Amino acid sequence: MEDIKLLKGNEVLAIAAIRCGADGYFGYPITPQSEVMETLMDERPWLTTGMVVLQAESETSSINMIYGGAAAGKRVMTSSSSPGLSLMCEGLSYLAGAELPCLVVNVARGGPGLGSIQASQADYFQLVKGGGHGDYKLIVLAPNSVQEMNDFVGLGFDLAFKYRIPAVILTDGIIGQMMEKVTLSPERPRRTEEELAKECGDWATTGRKASRGKANLANSLFLDSVDLEQHNLHLQKKYREIEKNEVLCEQIQVEDAEYIMVAYGTSSRICMKVVEDMRKEGHKVGLIRPITLFPFPTEIIAKAAEHSKVILSVEMSAGQMVEDVRLAVGCACKCRVEHFGRFGGVVHSPAEVYEALKALM
Amino acid sequence: MKEEIIIAGFGGQGVLSMGKILAYSGVMQGNEVSWMPSYGPEMRGGTANVTVILSDDRISSPVIQEFDTVIILNQQSMDKFENAVKPGGILLYDPNGITHPPKRADIKVHTIAATELAGKLGNAKVFNMIVLGAYLKLKPVVTIENVVKGLKKSLPERAHKLIPANEEAIRVGMESVE
Amino acid sequence: MMKVEKISENMVYQKPRLITNNTMHYCPGCSHGTVHKIVAELIDEMGLEDNAVAVSPVGCSVLAYNYIDIDWVQAAHGRAPAIATALKRLMPDRLVFTYQGDGDLAAIGTAETIHSLVRGENIVIIFINNAIYGMTGGQMAPTTLIGQKTATTPYGRDTALNGFPYKMGEIAAMMPGVTYVTRQSVDKPAAVRAAKKAIKKAFENSIGCKGTSFVEIVATCNSGWKLSPVASNDWMRENMFPEYPLGDLKNNG
Repeated sequence: MEDIKLLKGNEVLAIAAIRCGADGYFGYPITPQSEVMETLMDERPWLTTGMVVLQAESETSSINMIYGGAAAGKRVMTSSSSPGLSLMCEGLSYLAGAELPCLVVNVARGGPGLGSIQASQADYFQLVKGGGHGDYKLIVLAPNSVQEMNDFVGLGFDLAFKYRIPAVILTDGIIGQMMEKVTLSPERPRRTEEELAKECGDWATTGRKASRGKANLANSLFLDSVDLEQHNLHLQKKYREIEKNEVLCEQIQVEDAEYIMVAYGTSSRICMKVVEDMRKEGHKVGLIRPITLFPFPTEIIAKAAEHSKVILSVEMSAGQMVEDVRLAVGCACKCRVEHFGRFGGVVHSPAEVYEALKALM
Repeated sequence: MKEEIIIAGFGGQGVLSMGKILAYSGVMQGNEVSWMPSYGPEMRGGTANVTVILSDDRISSPVIQEFDTVIILNQQSMDKFENAVKPGGILLYDPNGITHPPKRADIKVHTIAATELAGKLGNAKVFNMIVLGAYLKLKPVVTIENVVKGLKKSLPERAHKLIPANEEAIRVGMESVE
Repeated sequence: MMKVEKISENMVYQKPRLITNNTMHYCPGCSHGTVHKIVAELIDEMGLEDNAVAVSPVGCSVLAYNYIDIDWVQAAHGRAPAIATALKRLMPDRLVFTYQGDGDLAAIGTAETIHSLVRGENIVIIFINNAIYGMTGGQMAPTTLIGQKTATTPYGRDTALNGFPYKMGEIAAMMPGVTYVTRQSVDKPAAVRAAKKAIKKAFENSIGCKGTSFVEIVATCNSGWKLSPVASNDWMRENMFPEYPLGDLKNNG
C-alpha cells in the first residue's frame, strides 16, 4: 500500500533522506528550514539505518563536513537558507572543483543581508550562475510541491553521483513550511562498504589505499595553469553533457499559447492558478515551469517563443531567471520577454500576476 | 468540491493545529489538500494564520488572496481579513475581544462564542475544536468521522485519550454557532 | 645498470616506504619533512595503510598528499577539522587526522578547530606551529612572537597593533572531549623520537575512538625567519620554547 502522509516540505526532506539511504546530514539551524534537522534528530536514524546526523557550528563548517563525507563517497546532505548558502559558497566551489557528489538544499528567504525570513527566489543567480569563485555549475532542482521535495532528494543524489557534481534543491519558505499530501519514496538501504567501493572506488577517499592499490585524493588544487585549464575543460564538457541529458521541465497548455509565463517553484504554483483563471476567460495562456534551473530548458522556451507574443518571467526576485529566458528567446525572435517580480519576501498574489499579464495583452 | 479557508488569530489559540486537523480530515476522505501557515517571529505572541485548501482536483496555488471561508479569532485578524472573504462567502468569528464587528453586507457572517464555551466546558484547550465544529456545521466539507480519523493521524499515540473531549467540543461548536 | 642488491648491501638508511618519490617542495631545514617522515613511518609500522584518511590544509603542507602515500582530502583554508569530523563520523573505524599550520588552524580555521575539540571528535590534529605564514611569503601568524619581524610586521609584532600570540595547545587542553594534548619539536634526534611517540599515541587514540588528540609541533621556518637551518633551530630553542613550552599538556588516554 502507498504510504501517504501529510507533511511539511522541510519535514519530508528529512524523511526522504533517511528513506533513500543517505549516510549523513550536517547542518546549522536557520529559519525557515530548521525543521529539517529537527525532524532528523527526532527520527534518530543512526539507530535504524546508521545515518549520521550532526549539528555543526556554522554553515561554513556544515559544507566542509559535506566535503569530507562526499570525498569518502558517502551520500551526504545539508540544508540551509539564503544567508547560510552565502557562507556555503566557498565550499560549493571546492566541491565543484574536486568533483564531489552531494545534496545541498536552499529553503530560500528574502535578502540581501539578513533580509527577511519570508519566501524568496532571489538566490537564483547565487546557485544557478555561481556564488563561489571559478567556472563551475551545480545541478539545480526546483520543486513546486511537497511531493517533489520528497522525490528530488533521491533524484538529487542520483544525479550528483552520476556526474560527480553537487546537486542543489532550490526551494523557498512557502514550500518548506507548507503541508501537502505526499507519497513517500520506497526505502532503499544505505550502500555497503563493498557497494561504495565498486561505485566510487576510483576516486573516493575511503582510507582503503592498500586494498585498492593506489591512493585516492579529493582535491581542487592545480598549481600548473595548463593542468587547471585541462581540468576546467573537463568540467565544461561534463556540464554540456548535463545540459544535453538532464533538462526537466513541465509545460502547461503551452502548445497553442500566445501568452506564456515562465516560473519555477512557488511562483509556478501561483501561475498555474493564473492559467486556470485566464483560460476560463478564453485567453490563450500557458506556463513553462523549469524543474531543473541548471540545466535550463533553453530549447523548450525558444520553441515556445516562436508561436507566442509575450513571455512573462514571474519570479520572487527583481529579475534573475528572466536573463536566461531572454537568452533562450534571443533578440531575433519577435516574441517580447518581460519580467514580473515581487521580492524581499513578498509573494505575488495570483491576482497581481493576472493583472501583470493582462496589461501585456 | 473546492474549499479555500483562512483561519487567523493569536499564536497559542490553536490556529495552526485546527488547520492541520482539517487538512488531515481532508486526506482521510481522499481530497487534495494544502496547509500553508504564516511562520516566524510573527507567531510568537503575535498573529498566526493558516490557509487550508481542500479540493477534489490538483491544487494550483497554495497562496491565495480570497477565501470561501474566513475564520477570525482576534481583532487584528478581523482588520486584516474581513475584506478577503469572497462575495457570498462566510465569515465566522468569536466575538470575544472583537471591538469592531464586520460590516460587510455581501457575505454571510456567523459567530461562535468559543472562548466562553471552552470556559464552560472547563477546558481552554478545546477552544479551537469548538470553532472547528461551528465551521463544519456551516460548511460540512468533512464528516465528523473523518475529523476523528484525522485527529488520530495527527496526534501522537499518547494524546489519543484526549480525542473524546475534542469530539465533544466539535459537537458543542456545531450546536452553538449563530 | 646498477644492481639493486649492491645498494642494499651498504644501506644504512632509507626513506619510509609510504613516502613517495615526488620531489618535496619544502625548503631545506624545514620541519615539515621530518614530521612527514614520522607520520609515514607510523602509518606503516602501525599497519594503517589500509585504514587511514588524512586532511591537508592550505599553507606549506597543502601538497602533503604528494608525499605520503595514503588517501588524502585537500581542504579549504582552515576547514580541515570539519572535513575530518565528517570522515571520522562516517567511517568510525579509520584513523583520521588533519595536518595544519598555525595560520590555517589558529587564524582562519579557529571556529572549525575549537568546535571539533568541543565535540571531542575522535580525530588527530597535527599542528605545525612555526609562528609564520610560510607559503604566502612570511607574513604574521597568530602565533608570531611579540617583536618578531615578518612581512606584515616589518618593525616587529607590536601588541598594540597586532595583539598577542596565543597558545592553542592550552585551549585544546581545556576541552573535556579532548584526550591528549602535547607539544613537541623535531630539532634533534631525541626530540624526533619523542614526537614520533606522541603521534603514535594520538593515532592509537583515534583508532580507539578515545576523543580528540592534539599534537602541536613547534617548528622552524628558516626561509620565513631568514635564518640558516642551524640558526633557526637555535632561534626556536631560545625564543619559541619559552613561549610554547614542550611537554604533555593533557594525557587522559
